[in-house]
Amino acid sequence: MASAKEEILQRIRNARVAEARPVVRGYHQTGKGGVELFAERVADYRAIVHVVSDVPAALEHLKGKRIVAPQDVPPEWLIDGVTWLHEPLTIEELDQADGVLTGCATAIADTGTIVLDGGEAQGRRALTLLPDYHLCVVREDQIAASVPEALQRLEPTRPLTFISGPSATSDIELNRVEGVHGPRTLEVLIVT
Amino acid sequence: MARNPVTWLGSPTFPKAAKSALQDTQLRQNLRKATGTIRGRRAAAVAEMDDWEQLRLAGEQIKDDVLARLDTLLLQLEESVQARGGTVHWARDAEEANRIVLDLCKAENAKEVVKVKSMATAEIGLNEALEAGGVHAIETDLAELIVQLGDDRPSHILVPAIHRNRSEIREIFQRRMGVEVSDEPADLAEAARVYLRQKFLTTKVAISGANFAVADTGSIVVLESEGNGRMCLTLPDTLITVMGIEKLVPSWQDLEVFLQLLPRSSTAERMNPYTSVWTGVTEGDGPQNFHLVLIDNGRTKTLEDSVGRQALRCIRCSACLNVCPVYERTGGQSYGSVYPGPIGAILTPQLVGDMHDPQAASLPYASSLCGACFEVCPVRIDIPSVLTHLRAEAVEAKGRTAESVAMAAAAWMFASASRYEKAQKAGSLARFLAKDGKITSLPWPGSKWTSSRDVPAPPSESFRAWWRKNRG
Amino acid sequence: MRVKVALFATCLTDTFFPSTARAVVRLLERLDCSVEFPLDQTCCGQMHFNTGYREHSKPLARKYTEVFDGYDFVVAPSGSCAGMVREIHPTLGTSPPRTFELAEFLVDVLGVTDVGAWFPHRVTYHPTCHSLRMLGVGDKPLALLRAVKGLDLVELPDSTQCCGFGGTFAVKNAETSTAMLADKMKCVLDTGAEVLSAGDNSCLMHIGGGLSRLRAGVRPVHLAEILASTEEDPWRATP
Repeated sequence: MASAKEEILQRIRNARVAEARPVVRGYHQTGKGGVELFAERVADYRAIVHVVSDVPAALEHLKGKRIVAPQDVPPEWLIDGVTWLHEPLTIEELDQADGVLTGCATAIADTGTIVLDGGEAQGRRALTLLPDYHLCVVREDQIAASVPEALQRLEPTRPLTFISGPSATSDIELNRVEGVHGPRTLEVLIVT
Repeated sequence: MARNPVTWLGSPTFPKAAKSALQDTQLRQNLRKATGTIRGRRAAAVAEMDDWEQLRLAGEQIKDDVLARLDTLLLQLEESVQARGGTVHWARDAEEANRIVLDLCKAENAKEVVKVKSMATAEIGLNEALEAGGVHAIETDLAELIVQLGDDRPSHILVPAIHRNRSEIREIFQRRMGVEVSDEPADLAEAARVYLRQKFLTTKVAISGANFAVADTGSIVVLESEGNGRMCLTLPDTLITVMGIEKLVPSWQDLEVFLQLLPRSSTAERMNPYTSVWTGVTEGDGPQNFHLVLIDNGRTKTLEDSVGRQALRCIRCSACLNVCPVYERTGGQSYGSVYPGPIGAILTPQLVGDMHDPQAASLPYASSLCGACFEVCPVRIDIPSVLTHLRAEAVEAKGRTAESVAMAAAAWMFASASRYEKAQKAGSLARFLAKDGKITSLPWPGSKWTSSRDVPAPPSESFRAWWRKNRG
Repeated sequence: MRVKVALFATCLTDTFFPSTARAVVRLLERLDCSVEFPLDQTCCGQMHFNTGYREHSKPLARKYTEVFDGYDFVVAPSGSCAGMVREIHPTLGTSPPRTFELAEFLVDVLGVTDVGAWFPHRVTYHPTCHSLRMLGVGDKPLALLRAVKGLDLVELPDSTQCCGFGGTFAVKNAETSTAMLADKMKCVLDTGAEVLSAGDNSCLMHIGGGLSRLRAGVRPVHLAEILASTEEDPWRATP
């Protein structure tokens, strides 16, 4: 008897689907872009947005809190007065932290999206998931104008997380409510 | 062959199911409100894009290309996933897929698994199969949880509990979670957060579906809103992803089209809160065992049909449900399948693959052919054309019926202008049935019309008679 | 030069609503068209095709092409039948002559929106699904109605929602069809209009049949009859 794989492939071939027309990519590859549009679109998701030039000065409100930070965030972000939590961290420790501070891989102005890829200043995925508050630092040069531009900047085989606002649900009467399982507060610092 | 669980055993035909659903005033009210809300929001989200039509065209073409090269692309996907440490399984039908997943759960000694909302696993009846095998699946998407705790069935692709309003959800949560909660959506969401938190932190096996799989990189993509997806895709040791074989895109670049089309079409957002992309296994981040189960379950049969196969382009956005005037009134459960609405009316009977099944054969008729579905479909599935195509199959399967005899007689009459004119004259005798220029009651099957509408009495003179007299 | 037009009355209008076809003739002649009515015409085959009797619709499609062959323009007072001819007939192996729904023909071919009509009534307009989505007539009918003297046009809420007719759908899924009809009637009644107009007698027969059952006091009148009405020769309800 043929294996499931062989049988499925044979059925596909038996269907004899004719070659398709070439794909026409007539849509926009880029867009207006820019800090202003990105900030506006992030804010539309009811995230907190600040445009700053000095990151450490914008972190004052973390003082007195227990905040997770990947080992490789810029050292000047690790201001005094905050209890910084670094890896290795258990799931329970992450769950009990007050928040997490990270950078990002890229961002998308059109859609107000931040993308994490587990690279520099981001850590593994669980870090930005379990704490209820996520503070993400986005440099101006990391903001791509459009979805196509952002995808070009990314390495697809890395573990990627696209974040557009705090966690939300539309499952009750199709009305959007912010705050379910993921961080209920998302704060974005755009560094110019 | 076992019956395909894509339709629910014992479901009545669509007209019968719809008849009782239409009497549920609460359901009517809930659906009117929800679909009305989302329709307006989707229109606004789409109006923002001046290249929407180009995106739709590209979406259609990419998916057609996938269907044309499906065998090659599936092999490429398998190779890419394996190269990154994942394992790929193939399943011909629901039964085979369920057995594969159950065996994988048993191999991990899992008694409980957490699940991300997935149409593919709902289609194959995975939860029931796991339960029978001693494994309890916990739905973690809010709407799926509402359906699961309410011992209910889904009624929408995106929001399976769309038929429930806030006070009904509150009642289900209080009864099943044993908590006091208000009917504010934010409080209900909080109750779900608390209820599921420990499950996320401790469960070792997760099961997901996939929105897209990128053939050339092996990357799997899941779009979601609540973060329950991220929990399941990130925290457990083992991840089992079940996906239909048509969920592919050829290359990473192709996602740029679908990541724009899908969120605006489904939740009417510029982007959904979370999209996760993973490729096989990443050391030190996320599940270290990854299994991908590829299911056919009627898809290759659908692929054989040159008209019907466009249903396989579907990206499960549910925009067609939200604009459908039939769906808005009957709700999703009337369709007797996890795939309701216009897409369900063309996909379900094809996956069942047997037009002798009266329930499946009734689905293509569950439409007034108004075309609103085609207008919003992000991958341009010409649903009305597929509906009429499948109706022709249903007619063929039924053979000789009172209807087919009447249709043949009508065709014979229309084939000749003189026969047609004679019939017109004979029909004008119906004037004698009329009172005040209208007929209020006809024998069956005309009674189906006159139960709620009058019929104008035929005029004393047809237009052609007038023309002949005055212009001929 | 006078434009030569063949009228495709459609079987429904020919049989049940002759006043609409007569109005088309009067209107087009007023706009300097010469109108012919090939007597060999019957039905476009839509009912058969849409119900799943594709094979029966094929000879009717062929017949249509034979009957109207040689005419530059065929005009039908129905978006649904014009849509069947234009969009479906080519898939049944025929190449039908150019066929237009009335409003399209007036605006696109004759280039007029003010047809010199007079109709002193409060009117609301239902854009029928096939004229809207198959043919894409857009707001051409509304432009025509806005130019009618004396006409008080009121917007129909949720106008683009189907009335629930759908051919045999109205019988096969009578309950669902009636539920759609009920909502459509509510929208019509909410406008306070005295006349409901549309470009398809099939939909008007459906909504009008429901309104009549309710004794709602709203009269269905085909777009052609409004556009044909003038001060000299005003529209009159046909007995």
